[in-house]
Amino acid sequence: MSVHQISIFLENRAGQLAQVTRVLADHEIDMRAISIAETSDYGVLRLIVDNAEKATSVLLENGFILSMTPVSVVAVPDQAGGLAPVLEALAEGQMDVEYMYSLFTHKEGMAYMVFRIDDEERFAALLSAHGISLADKEELGLR
Amino acid sequence: MPNYYQPEIETASREQILSWQNERLVKQVHHVWNNVPYYRQKMEEKGVTPDDIKSVDDLHKLPFLTKADLRDAYPYGLMGKPLSECVRIQSTSGTTGRRVVAFYTQHDIDLWEDCCARAIVAAGGTKDDVVQVAYGYGLFTGGPGLNGGSHRVGCLTLPMSSGNTERQLQFMTDLETTILCCTPSYAAYLAESIQEAGLRDRIKLKAGIFGAEAWSEEMRHDIEKNLGIKAYDIYGLTETSGPGVSFECCEQTGMHINEDHFIAEIIDPETGEVLPEGSKGELVFTSITKEAFPLLRYRTRDICVLTRKPCSCGRTHVKMSKPMGRSDDMLIIKGVNVFPSQIETVLLEQGYPANYQIIVDRVNHSDTLEVLVEMAPDKFSDSLADIHDEEKKLVAALKTMLGIYAKVRIVSPKSITRSEGKAVRIIDKRKI
Repeated sequence: MSVHQISIFLENRAGQLAQVTRVLADHEIDMRAISIAETSDYGVLRLIVDNAEKATSVLLENGFILSMTPVSVVAVPDQAGGLAPVLEALAEGQMDVEYMYSLFTHKEGMAYMVFRIDDEERFAALLSAHGISLADKEELGLR
Repeated sequence: MPNYYQPEIETASREQILSWQNERLVKQVHHVWNNVPYYRQKMEEKGVTPDDIKSVDDLHKLPFLTKADLRDAYPYGLMGKPLSECVRIQSTSGTTGRRVVAFYTQHDIDLWEDCCARAIVAAGGTKDDVVQVAYGYGLFTGGPGLNGGSHRVGCLTLPMSSGNTERQLQFMTDLETTILCCTPSYAAYLAESIQEAGLRDRIKLKAGIFGAEAWSEEMRHDIEKNLGIKAYDIYGLTETSGPGVSFECCEQTGMHINEDHFIAEIIDPETGEVLPEGSKGELVFTSITKEAFPLLRYRTRDICVLTRKPCSCGRTHVKMSKPMGRSDDMLIIKGVNVFPSQIETVLLEQGYPANYQIIVDRVNHSDTLEVLVEMAPDKFSDSLADIHDEEKKLVAALKTMLGIYAKVRIVSPKSITRSEGKAVRIIDKRKI
């Protein structure tokens, strides 16, 4: 049930991020989630888009260096305390989160969190045991 | 006031110097012909035999040696004496990572130290002086050379090696150092540290002997003013022995080449043709007294000018200008020879594209080296920690190859500036 995340190498230099968004805009690719991890010299831009395959090919054509990484998306109620049970379940199962960030949808009342976890299967099972399920591509409107 | 270590040699007549050179050159060519098959083959290819070399006038008939020859003949191919008669090696970096290793018999070391002693005495050194040697010791020739020269003069010698500024200043003040030997950039840094520490009144320095890297007249004036000393230049290269091939006298208008040991020529780097005195060109040295590593017509790649105009110090040996540049792309960073090709070798070995850029700068009187490397698809990872690990591996590999730290900056693919299709590989921002 994992979702494809595109990770892109970006040098810390003015205009680098704008180049990525311009390429995606020109090809009418919709970004659903965006996160950046950076050092002083460079960063990794992490994206979830509506059409990962198309985005990958147009970014590669434009000379970007990227990789695809599987991530899990969890739907939680969009209210105070919505995320806590998910992280508590992870803590209980002693699973580490490499990184996480939020994802936008048009669905009322729900918030979505993207998780990068080493063992995705165990993560899914753990959540399921707590009555929490992963969101699939259809639910998120991703191709 | 003239100060000579070996006055009969340093002020010998031109005729006398030429007669030594003729006699020693002929002897040296026979020595090389009989003991260095690598060079003998080069001579045979050129159709030259020892009988063709009767005096310095015939020197141009001999083939050149280059850094590439040193690499090809590594490590023993240019030795003139069996290992059993050698007592030391010194080493410097080569063009593609293979180091230059020079061998010395005890006699070679004695003559090298004599040359360094001449430089120390020319800078006013006597047995009453305290000489602080803050050049690196070890394979680098700077420390061992000046150390030996200082012993010969009978100075109290402080074998400090480079770095550890606090300790340098402590010894300099407590033991009242009078002559400082180090790279000019380190001298400038020490001068600044002395100001900051408020130690100017406790410094007893009178002279400095600074070499192993390029420095300008402005830098000389700054060092002289800030330390209250006279600053002397010294020149040399591992291939011919080390520092002391030439040195400055009180006139400070060029460095006297020790012509009783080295014959200097200036050539056109393109054609190899010998140029007349006063022309700017590449400096070529023939060692006429070295036994273990007797290089004939070694191309230094340093561009300079020679002059035999009489010198007010009384020395009669030819003077060379400060090197004005290089006829190859070698950089001298922190006194260490760095070739762009070495960096390229490391990048390719580590799986990075060979499209790189080297930025050299001088920050707080110390050289800095930064290497811009383009990100490669198979080096990329979603994890910053993985990218950082790759970067650390690259820094370590560069350190092993170059002997100095290079900061690595990973940049976007195909982002390194190309002018007319060719990348600008080296940006040297140092104002020298």
